[in-house]
Amino acid sequence: MSQLSNRQTWLTLLKRDLRIAARRRSDALNPLLFLLMVVTLFPLGIGPGPDILARIAPGIIWVAALLASLLGLERLFRDDFQDGTLEQLCLLPQPLAFTVTAKMTAHWLLSGLPLVILSPVLALLLSLPLQGWWALALTLLLGTPALSALGAIGAALTLQVQRGSSLVSLILIPLFIPLLIFATAAVENASMGLAVHGQLAILAAISVLTVTLAPLAVAAGIRMSVN
Amino acid sequence: MWRWLHPYAKPEATYNLLQKLLPWFVALTLVTLITGVIWGLAFAPGDYQQGDSYRIIFLHVPAAIFSMGAYMGMAIMGGIALIWQIKTAEWAIPAIAPVGAALTIVALLTGAIWGKPMWGTWWVWDARLTSELILLFLYVGVMALYFAFDDARTGAKAAAILSLVGVINLPIIHFSVEWWNTLHQGATITKFERPSIAASMLIPLLICLAGFAFLTVSLVMMRLKNEILRHELHRAWAQQRLEQD
Amino acid sequence: MTQVASTNSPLLHAEQLSSIRGGRVLFENLDFSVSAGQLWQVSGPNGAGKSSLLRILTGLLETSDGVVSFAGQPLNQNWSEYCQQLLFIGHKAAVKGELSALENFHWQQQLSSVQDVDAWDLLEKLGLLGLEDELTTRLSAGQQRRVALTRLWATQASLWILDEPFTALDVQGIALLQQRFVEHLDAGGTIIFTSHQSLTLSGLTPEKLSLEYRGEVL
Repeated sequence: MSQLSNRQTWLTLLKRDLRIAARRRSDALNPLLFLLMVVTLFPLGIGPGPDILARIAPGIIWVAALLASLLGLERLFRDDFQDGTLEQLCLLPQPLAFTVTAKMTAHWLLSGLPLVILSPVLALLLSLPLQGWWALALTLLLGTPALSALGAIGAALTLQVQRGSSLVSLILIPLFIPLLIFATAAVENASMGLAVHGQLAILAAISVLTVTLAPLAVAAGIRMSVN
Repeated sequence: MWRWLHPYAKPEATYNLLQKLLPWFVALTLVTLITGVIWGLAFAPGDYQQGDSYRIIFLHVPAAIFSMGAYMGMAIMGGIALIWQIKTAEWAIPAIAPVGAALTIVALLTGAIWGKPMWGTWWVWDARLTSELILLFLYVGVMALYFAFDDARTGAKAAAILSLVGVINLPIIHFSVEWWNTLHQGATITKFERPSIAASMLIPLLICLAGFAFLTVSLVMMRLKNEILRHELHRAWAQQRLEQD
Repeated sequence: MTQVASTNSPLLHAEQLSSIRGGRVLFENLDFSVSAGQLWQVSGPNGAGKSSLLRILTGLLETSDGVVSFAGQPLNQNWSEYCQQLLFIGHKAAVKGELSALENFHWQQQLSSVQDVDAWDLLEKLGLLGLEDELTTRLSAGQQRRVALTRLWATQASLWILDEPFTALDVQGIALLQQRFVEHLDAGGTIIFTSHQSLTLSGLTPEKLSLEYRGEVL
């Protein structure tokens, strides 16, 4: 009998997720608005002096990005878990670790990519020097897939827990730290006109490692939750 | 799985083994720990630069080392539990986690005590202390995850997966924090990187290391015994043991 | 529809299954064999473990003891082949609320790569015509259930495991579903289902597996 190829199944799952997300636009929009508002809080809390803001801008933007990505995790698996779609995913002939990457990619397209696109606005608000803007966008481009991947692990492990969102944050924040360190270092260096290849390379390496290994943990977590 | 380990998949066999070994480990703990601590705190020579305030390293260094060792042990148990579905390995996770977390807290407190006379402040964002703090968060995450589940088996599985994820991240976190620290180094030179240590200080340190090793293992053994009993209460052999102990 | 090599050897075989959930023993040392082309009804009071047994057979739920085999091999060895042959509809409808009935069916078709089903005809049969563009969350429970059942007409799977498929169906729906059962069985398919009611269509005489409610708590 005819079977869908792995690639076709993956694309079908991705398209379905994107179609569903289009019906629930606020789910994707709210974390971004949150990000924008949090970034606004800092000048209000610290003072509008562009020097101070520029100095701490990379850190603020990245921390706010981490928090915003935590916010967006709820909708990654929870709806599918509650309506039974997730267990059907487990019953597809393709390996779960493979099919789950389709969901993670859809999630990144709706949470990580918009962040990259929004980053110039954030850079402007916090007086980040112009030479740092591209580095900010690049670190977000390299780092947000890893945020999505780690986030998926946290989301998968806590599906059975009611009100698990604070637990997920607790679990994930320590794991985000390496990304935070190298991303902010890269942006700072770029702002000062220094070379950033090293930091970007390490950031990319961490990201690749995370994105490659995370689906295994995510699949294990989903199977455990569906049990 | 190694054949000699097979019988210990049965909780009863593990319990009996632990019961036999525990008194020895407790004895070793007391001997080495008391010897090492008293020697280090009272009798080892004062440091050339720091005087007597350095003595806290006899507690700080072993605590830090075994806080990380315990996490690795927990992750290994998690791996065994996930791959071979061995219940005893599952129960080892909640047995180890609090012990590891306690060691981390000891390392942080002793680190702060060491820092006060050095830098005049109870906390600095030194590479080692920052790593230990993040390690504490990792432990807290594993424990919080475990206790969030009603069913202990699911909780153990979740905790196992998380500790495996954490153990892979540990070296990355450690490396990043080290690097971050060198990046932002101010005037303070961290004294936690001992260039070399005199033999008269090294020996009590090694004894303390051994003492903490035995302490960690003994505590984990005690907790594991309790976990086994707790989960196997409905079995006859467990009720027998309860009456005996 | 693929044919199993020998219709005498069991398609699905459960050996010494035990399930302990929430400290309560559901069943122990259960042996259960299903051959291709058979219709099986698992019955028993609430809490007897019917849903758990079905989920164990699909591989979603782990047993406390025992092995489930498909075509002679334990599930974890031929998982992919099993999934290709298996269609499971459990308690949860597995339909996306944000999509309409038609869209849900469309995606199901895509994933199971079944091309030659007329969606409109199917929706009409299931009494969903006129509702096909409504978001599924706005449909009643019975209607959502029927959207879930559209999968039974858009699948190549030979083994159907259905948990309470007749729930929330009216008389016509029940008749339609039983008719579909007959079609599937005639084509060589196998069905395992649970239901509180008995089947009414003549020609449908299921093998019965009865589970008891065991109250022992560990």
